[in-house]
Amino acid sequence: MASIFDILGPVMVGPSSSHTAGAARIGMIARQLFGRQPEKAAVYLHGSFAATGKGHGTDKALIAGLLGMRPDDMRIPDSFQIAQEEGMEFTISPKDIREAHPNTAQIIMEAEGVNTMTIQAYSIGGGRIRVCKVDGIDVDFSGESNTLIIRNVDEPGRITDVTGALSKARINIATMQVFREKRGGSAIMVVETDQVVPKETMDELQSKEGIIRVKFLHAN
Amino acid sequence: MSYRSMEEAQERCEKEGIEFWKAVQMEDGDERGVSEEDSWKEMEHMWHAMLDSLDSYDPELMSGSRMVGREGGLMDAYRERQDTLCGDFMAKVMGNALKMGCNNACMKRIVAAPTAGACGVVPAVLVTYYREYDVPEEKMVEALYVAAGIGQIIANRAYLAGASGGCQAEIGSGSGMAASAICHVKGGSTAQIGHACAMALKNLMGLVCDPVGGLVEVPCVKRNVGGAFNAIAAADMSLAGIESQIPVDQVIDAMKEVGDKMDVSLRETGAGGVAGSPRAAEVVARMNMKS
Repeated sequence: MASIFDILGPVMVGPSSSHTAGAARIGMIARQLFGRQPEKAAVYLHGSFAATGKGHGTDKALIAGLLGMRPDDMRIPDSFQIAQEEGMEFTISPKDIREAHPNTAQIIMEAEGVNTMTIQAYSIGGGRIRVCKVDGIDVDFSGESNTLIIRNVDEPGRITDVTGALSKARINIATMQVFREKRGGSAIMVVETDQVVPKETMDELQSKEGIIRVKFLHAN
Repeated sequence: MSYRSMEEAQERCEKEGIEFWKAVQMEDGDERGVSEEDSWKEMEHMWHAMLDSLDSYDPELMSGSRMVGREGGLMDAYRERQDTLCGDFMAKVMGNALKMGCNNACMKRIVAAPTAGACGVVPAVLVTYYREYDVPEEKMVEALYVAAGIGQIIANRAYLAGASGGCQAEIGSGSGMAASAICHVKGGSTAQIGHACAMALKNLMGLVCDPVGGLVEVPCVKRNVGGAFNAIAAADMSLAGIESQIPVDQVIDAMKEVGDKMDVSLRETGAGGVAGSPRAAEVVARMNMKS
């Protein structure tokens, strides 16, 4: 259900809430998931993003998001220039992604000393988005709530590790989703929480065996 | 739950003896769990963003396709010659609608209302009136609640996206929202707010979404003028005591029915309407050559 500020708003840089504001948000969420500004980013545009993205500034907005700009940042039109100044290399190319939403972007982020990360997300209009893949694993979240994203080994006990740590910190789980690549392979938990997950809880989780990576997105 | 009909909202207003904008604000508080004060601050922020956006217009700037950008400046210059057909106030409304549309096309900051393509309608009506008639700012923030509440009812019963229901859902809804909002500013009752919206929606019913090259430029920028003029006409009719014979909720349902029947080529695909004209094909070919 749309709130009145989905009707009047968002405050955004034009021209399109789906193709510009949503694209900036995809870039911004991708950067937050990666945990830092990428040194290299390969951006792929699918469907309507590929067809009309240029005219809507979808490309500039995605790069702006990767640079940490929000959808209302007046510097979005100059993002290519800013990326160059900040030393973020990027490529943008069309790509046909099977069965993807028409407004889909895929972003591969690289930086020295950290694992490469691939995010796939799509824009649903009104500046809102859904992230649908992290490193090839299906997920589904918007980043509008506090969101804990955990990469783990698909084995017994890992979910208890997470819910236990959250319970200990008195954090209420709003929604929880679990996804896996294959049985016994790599898995992802997406946990939306009512409270902010503190650093101690993040560290505790990160130190557990079978938990590969822990990321927290503040509601935004 | 937000209001699903104007009838429901009006009943609450009558029962509790409150104005429509207040009913919208109270519902927002309940739905998102925020205080009335925080909700008000957020809405005030939207109002200021509209004022700032209008002031940021640059008549020298053109969109990437170079199809739009100068219209706001041209209208200002024409108005200053004091020889417009529609008079000074309406010429200002026109200029402001164009400026917001151009700002959006030129990647400047705007407030989607309800969409980016229709972002000029509500501020063209409200900001122009505010600056012309020295109204307290609180009244304008109230008016934005009215606009948002109306938009929410349209969203709940029909839609606000050109891809779903054509331009009637974007400029049409923006016009309905603006008509209701200015009607409130002028002291209209909740019933009159509903009639203003109904008349504005009816006048734009069937409007198709046919952006040239799929860009939010042609005919979008100028349609903001159509939406704003129509809103003021509908509000004035309502304030004159003219009523919509069809209740606003049923008008919204009719708009949905029309949108559902609209061919896909007329719903933001850049294929039909003026987007399908020979000139549009030339423009698209020229843009492709450039890129």
